[in-house]
Amino acid sequence: MTFEELRDFILAEFGTEVILAEKPDNLQSYLLLQTERLPEVCLALHDNERTYFDFLSCLTGIDNGPEAGTMEVAYTLYSIPYNHHLTLKVQVPRNTTAGQPMPEIPSVSHIWRTADWHEREVFDMFGIRFTNHHDLRRILCAEDWEGHPLRKDYELQDYYHGIKVPYDNHNENSGFRGEPQQLTGIPTPFSDKREKPEV
Amino acid sequence: MDKTGEGGVVVTKLDDLLNWARLTSLFPMGFGLACCAIEMMGAYASGYDLDRFGIIPRASPRQSDVMIVAGTVTFKMADRVRRLYEQMPEPRYVISMGSCSNCGGPYWEHGYHVVKGVDRIIPVDVYVPGCPPRPEALIGGFLQLQEIIRKETIRAPRAVQQIMARRTQQGQPVADADETIEKAQHA
Repeated sequence: MTFEELRDFILAEFGTEVILAEKPDNLQSYLLLQTERLPEVCLALHDNERTYFDFLSCLTGIDNGPEAGTMEVAYTLYSIPYNHHLTLKVQVPRNTTAGQPMPEIPSVSHIWRTADWHEREVFDMFGIRFTNHHDLRRILCAEDWEGHPLRKDYELQDYYHGIKVPYDNHNENSGFRGEPQQLTGIPTPFSDKREKPEV
Repeated sequence: MDKTGEGGVVVTKLDDLLNWARLTSLFPMGFGLACCAIEMMGAYASGYDLDRFGIIPRASPRQSDVMIVAGTVTFKMADRVRRLYEQMPEPRYVISMGSCSNCGGPYWEHGYHVVKGVDRIIPVDVYVPGCPPRPEALIGGFLQLQEIIRKETIRAPRAVQQIMARRTQQGQPVADADETIEKAQHA
């Protein structure tokens, strides 16, 4: 099926309001869907004999930045028997400060098992919460990592487990200072960089 | 030596004998983190054959002398690297192999997940530059490390010095061998 046929299929099944926008002339044409209706559309595209999107090629998060104030998730679907593609997108408002709740998107991991880890990655890197995901934990960063690194306004933490994170003043900071190599009569400058300094 | 008929006695210093024994049987810990580990494995293999220097990877930190940090050290891995180092028995050495573990390498500015040099977590004896270093460079690193070991003496063991330095730093009493001898002589 072509992009237009797939769009008409979704319109016929779910009505006009489910597609918020479409970009047919894009290099990779996509449909922007209503966030809360994403799982039912995906389930129909997966189950219907005419579409049969049995393969979720990729699931990507996109941060449009604090100015735009939105975040997107793109779903690239592929049907192995029919050899046709479809890209779907959903857009959610972005939380700008740490105190605000994370943006939420319903999970599709019950439809494609691939989405399980992909959604965990988007959660880890962008801080988008996928509702109904059965095991939403960080997947790449350490469990106690602070922040979501692929966000446009991400800021490095200063210390992680007592290790200095930024490269700044590297030449002053490089070299292991934890244990002096030689015991001399002269008191050696000794600073255990592994401990976070008292401010 | 009997076979050649050149005599049966070799005179040496104990220091030299011990150092020679240690520097010619360096057992690195079998441990790799990234692409540098591929070069390290190449150096172990028959082409470069680190075994001719007595360098054979050991599968346990408890039985190894040297740790080759071959690759990118991430913050997630940093705790493990530190723990493995602490599990090694003294005297222990560290070779930092490649730009990533020397200083963060290509991840120095935007690599949020990379430790900017493994020397921020463990003391490093030899830095091998390269991205990744060729097996020859790693062998060069080992030769450097052998020179470090060759200069050591049992009269000033590094591990004891480090422990004593830590004790002085923490204000704990440190036994000074020379002082003790002097006191004994005066008494």
